[in-house]
Amino acid sequence: MSVIYIVLTVSVIVGVAFFIVFLMAVKSGQYDDSYTPSVRMLFEDELVKEKTKQSINIESD
Amino acid sequence: MGNNSCFHCGDDCGNHPITFQDKSFCCNGCKTVYEIFNENDLTCYYDLQNSPGAIPKEIEGKYDFLSQENIVEKLTEFRSDEVEIATLYIPHIHCSSCIWVLENLKKLNPNISDSQVNFGKKTVRVTYNPQATNLKTIVILLSSIGYEPYISLDDFKTGKQKINRTLIYKLGVACFAFGNIMFLSFPEYFEINEFWLEQYKHMFRWLMFTLSIPVVFYAAQDYFISAYKGLKAKLLNIDVPITLGVSVLFIRSTVEIVFDIGSGFFDSLSGLVFFLLLGKFFQQKTYDFLSFERDYKSYFPIAITKIEKDGSENAIQVYDIEKGDRLLIRNEELIPVDGILINGKGKIDYSFVTGESQPVTKQSGDKLFAGGKQTAGVIELEALKSIEQSYLTQLWSNDVFNKNKEDGFTNITNNISKHFTIAILTIAVIATIYWLFTDTSKAMNVFTAVLIIACPCAIALSAPFTFGNLLRIFGKLKFYVKNASVIEQLAHINTVIFDKTGTITSNKQSNAEYEGISLSDSESLVLKNSLRGSNHPLSRTLYNILDEHNIITLDRFEEHIGKGIEAKHDNINLKVGSASFVGNAEQTSNLNTTVHVSSNDVYKGKFTFYNSYRKGVAKLFNQFKKHFDLVILSGDNEGERENLKKLLPGKTKLIFNQRPDDKLEFIKFHQSEGAKVLMIGDGLNDAGALAQSNVGIAISEDVNVFSPACDAILDATKFKQLYRYVMASKSAIKIIKWSFVLSFIYNVIGLYFAVTGQLAPVVAAILMPLSSISIVVFTTICTNFIGRRLK
Repeated sequence: MSVIYIVLTVSVIVGVAFFIVFLMAVKSGQYDDSYTPSVRMLFEDELVKEKTKQSINIESD
Repeated sequence: MGNNSCFHCGDDCGNHPITFQDKSFCCNGCKTVYEIFNENDLTCYYDLQNSPGAIPKEIEGKYDFLSQENIVEKLTEFRSDEVEIATLYIPHIHCSSCIWVLENLKKLNPNISDSQVNFGKKTVRVTYNPQATNLKTIVILLSSIGYEPYISLDDFKTGKQKINRTLIYKLGVACFAFGNIMFLSFPEYFEINEFWLEQYKHMFRWLMFTLSIPVVFYAAQDYFISAYKGLKAKLLNIDVPITLGVSVLFIRSTVEIVFDIGSGFFDSLSGLVFFLLLGKFFQQKTYDFLSFERDYKSYFPIAITKIEKDGSENAIQVYDIEKGDRLLIRNEELIPVDGILINGKGKIDYSFVTGESQPVTKQSGDKLFAGGKQTAGVIELEALKSIEQSYLTQLWSNDVFNKNKEDGFTNITNNISKHFTIAILTIAVIATIYWLFTDTSKAMNVFTAVLIIACPCAIALSAPFTFGNLLRIFGKLKFYVKNASVIEQLAHINTVIFDKTGTITSNKQSNAEYEGISLSDSESLVLKNSLRGSNHPLSRTLYNILDEHNIITLDRFEEHIGKGIEAKHDNINLKVGSASFVGNAEQTSNLNTTVHVSSNDVYKGKFTFYNSYRKGVAKLFNQFKKHFDLVILSGDNEGERENLKKLLPGKTKLIFNQRPDDKLEFIKFHQSEGAKVLMIGDGLNDAGALAQSNVGIAISEDVNVFSPACDAILDATKFKQLYRYVMASKSAIKIIKWSFVLSFIYNVIGLYFAVTGQLAPVVAAILMPLSSISIVVFTTICTNFIGRRLK
């Protein structure tokens, strides 16, 4: 039954690992803007049109 | 043809749309933006949303101050030789197309390496190479595609703002500990004398103890601090019994596992803290795109053009303006300081300050007040004061802006906590004394059990969940409330004070009446057509009021800025504008705004504009009149007194000619007589009154545009609903009182177990979450019911 020590250790380690990941996610600002990313991820597919790239520069003066 | 809407911005194109690539545009600005996107393969912009754009504004010279090194310094958050990062606030961000095009800025300017939108905050964070481009170029690029950044004096603070995430961390800690402790304590709930359990239970218990340490000393920290502060101020706030419960739980549980008496209450402890924090989190509803803390700084420009003695023009920061400086104010620019008009024709729109939308004409030598916006041509003025000492900005030196409204207000939870704490302590003491005489060994057990079970988790959760949910319901109904305590204050209101201009009147439409010799058909035809060409707000209003006529081409059309319009068609020579312009010298002074008309130099008559009141004003006042005192507090003259008397219930007090600080004093005086004041205003001139009142609500035609510091922002379209919102707040208080009753019932059941000395951990572990969850369910259902009735 001493396997319980291993099981407990594993369960605590897994728990703590997830907890640390959560803290890192909060710290990186992932929860600061919960709306924009949901829209942003839909854009990727529509950007395929590749043509001669030319950009315009609007000069300030 | 007439119903064409612009492909870019969705506005009506009128009768002469500009057609380009089979698409119609309302103006050249919109067409240009389309061309820019078209050339750069960004037309996907239009696939995502119909007509997403805005008409680009004219910008000449407006952003010259962005070439100033010290101003750029303030606006950027990171600067090095290769990389600069700036976050710009763009009020127009409103749909997914906006996100898409702003995040593709690098296609329009290759020197921009990255741009990231925060939709909620309406900001874009641009990373660019300062060697090849600069902030000014980027701002001009953004403006030219219809996304004009809003840069105000408010941005003039150094350093990044810190985002406070401690509540999320605490919630995370409590949730993690709660979950794990639940797992660990589960075996001991039922299997009491099982062999293997006896072997390992000590390890389980010490693990639970370890997990509960961060819960008590980190996650529950705020409750300890608040209880300490409360006791110091001789107040028994709700955090006192909570702290008592948490400490007793922790100490008793530790004692139990040390002396091997039982398994302790670590599960209840962590669950309690978790639920309490959840309530706090739920109550925190913030509207990223709104700000309730704005003062004049959000309206004022960051820099202004100064004319040096040698005639050269220089952009300087507005804080550097000194008395005697010559300043240049362009069209659409705000006057930052009080001054005297030196050169040019002033046509000052004070709508920011007073809510009054009609511009005032000023001659050279006239005094100009800070906060006005020049609407015609360039003017020069001499500063009389520095920015902080100007007439308008002085208002903010009043103490009322430094006071926190929540201080000195005992909320409903703390009110009940006073009696609750005393009652609990009494019960605990009586029960302990009883057991001291019956069974001494149980006395300590009973004492702690009472304090544990009576821990007012459910009471503490009632208000956060009720108000938090109502806050969200109000938000959906376009009534944006700053925080939960505002709803509670709203429920205690007995006096309602309205500002007039811009609050009960609408800025958008006006009514006009014509007096004088009636115009012939051909004359009104020319009148309508000449107004059509003018962009002056009065012309626009009049144009919308007049009957429909055919479109004709005028032989001659000339707009004299600040005077009026001259138009010629066939043999009619029409003049529309101010009295002196149309040649009517004997004009008596009039309280109302007028537009005069003459035809072939013969004076015809005038259009007098009346304020148009918002729909439902009379009805709203009649709803309020039964239980509330009503006051109209206006900065305007008495011109509308008679109209208002007819419109509003007889008991409404009408007070005119109030300066901003008069309004503030008026409210202060009534509060000293016991009135709980709800102030409804719109302009910066109401800012003092909004701050002084118990609840200040700002009315806004467009919530994205700025409104002064207040407790709540109400969308103008929902104005007539105001009474029902106040009533809903009153019902919320009732809900909270009922949930108090509910939680008392749970407490009585729990106390029975505690007083009789049979509180097992499993009972506590069931009772505590059960009471909390049922309170949450009860308040949520009730508030949703109120919310449904509001729609």
